[in-house]
Amino acid sequence: MAHDHKLAIFRGLITFKSNERKIWGVFAFLSVVTVVEVALGIIKPEVLTENRFLAMKLLNWIFIVLTLVKAYYITWDFMHMRDEVKPLRRAVVWTAIFLICYLVLILLIEGDYIYEVYKNNYMKFTF
Amino acid sequence: MDATVAQTGTEGKTWGGGNRPLNASYGKMMMWFFIVSDALTFSGFLASYGFSRFKFIDSWPIADEVFTHFPFLHGVDAPMYYVAFMTFILIFSSVTMVLAVDAGHKMQKNKVIIYLFLTVIGGLIFVGSQAWEWATFIKGDYGAVETNGGKILQFLDKDGNRVAIGEFATTLPSTSVTHTEGNGIWYMEGGTETSFNYEEVKAGFLANENLLIRDQELVPDMAALRASDLEADKQEVARLERSYINLDEIGEKAIYSREMSVSKLVNDGKLVVEGANLKHNEYGTPLFADFFFFITGFHGFHVFSGVIFNLIIFFNVVIGTYERRGHYEMVEKVGLYWHFVDLVWVFVFTFFYLV
Repeated sequence: MAHDHKLAIFRGLITFKSNERKIWGVFAFLSVVTVVEVALGIIKPEVLTENRFLAMKLLNWIFIVLTLVKAYYITWDFMHMRDEVKPLRRAVVWTAIFLICYLVLILLIEGDYIYEVYKNNYMKFTF
Repeated sequence: MDATVAQTGTEGKTWGGGNRPLNASYGKMMMWFFIVSDALTFSGFLASYGFSRFKFIDSWPIADEVFTHFPFLHGVDAPMYYVAFMTFILIFSSVTMVLAVDAGHKMQKNKVIIYLFLTVIGGLIFVGSQAWEWATFIKGDYGAVETNGGKILQFLDKDGNRVAIGEFATTLPSTSVTHTEGNGIWYMEGGTETSFNYEEVKAGFLANENLLIRDQELVPDMAALRASDLEADKQEVARLERSYINLDEIGEKAIYSREMSVSKLVNDGKLVVEGANLKHNEYGTPLFADFFFFITGFHGFHVFSGVIFNLIIFFNVVIGTYERRGHYEMVEKVGLYWHFVDLVWVFVFTFFYLV
């Protein structure tokens, strides 16, 4: 059962000869992504910090998307989610994703609302 | 793997026992569900961090300015390199862990031993790095003055570079003594003694004409504000122009004029803050420090327990427990936990240091 691994990543674009090689391949990919993240975090190109998409800086979108990509490959290849049956995968991944998105949505909207109250109300934080 | 499943004579009957739902063993499935619940705990932490940050969006400390140190490179401005190094260490120890699991499937005991050992070393380096990061953060670097309202005043020279309080504060003859429990009212304790007190910083600041102050307010989009017809916006523009000298730098921290700096420090200043703890934080709002300690602390505790689990199974592998059992599934289960710790760090790294 656990011995047969699915060896293709990137939707079958790259297929590795053995599970061990796949691990090193994924590691190389994760390292590249991390290096890109850190480089962008240090350089902070103005094009990306000044333009926004849905009220968030493009740079932050890139960081979040790259984080999710990393999370995907850690879960799928290091934790062997790729080799598990579909019901187990869905029970774990969908539950977490749904609850986390819900929590984040509610808390961030609430936090932004409180910011507006602090900023525009008569009581000012200037003392 | 067959050795673990009891043959009960009810094979093929779904509810007859001896069946493995979702094709995973009991232990592995439970580890997955534990990970889901733990992921929710961490997401609770990170989401409340986001909540507080959105609440104070224009005064939140910038991570690049807080974490700029690298061991053995004293005085070199190295934003985020050390955290990147820590991230790399953790990903690499995840790789050695998954290699150990892979070797376990092939029943190669010696390879499992080597890879598990490397994983433990990686975990220890990470926990040690985090301890160093904490120590640097607690110690602080420039020092600041906290106001009665809880704002943080940081000192700059004319060119906008940070100045440490030790560089200009004058030593005054009046020595302050910290109140201790044994001396006077027993339930009252004096604050932490800093290397210079507020009066000394004030005297030094007044004596040096070249010093300026900033708090955490960011320069808003002035063009949009000036174009507005609302009365409130006009007042806001007047206030900003009266107070700050760098209104052309949108998104940067606003710097007070010398006159405003003096009045801020003299009228509102209360105490000197050096470094960070749960109540005061020289980098900005104390909430930032609280979340830093709780989130990285909780994660560091996970890494620490992961190292303990890894050590236990490491010794079990060495004495041949899993060899006799006929499978290395325990390595796989602990491996799941270890990868999860790595997974959480990927998110902490993004939301604490990058975004």
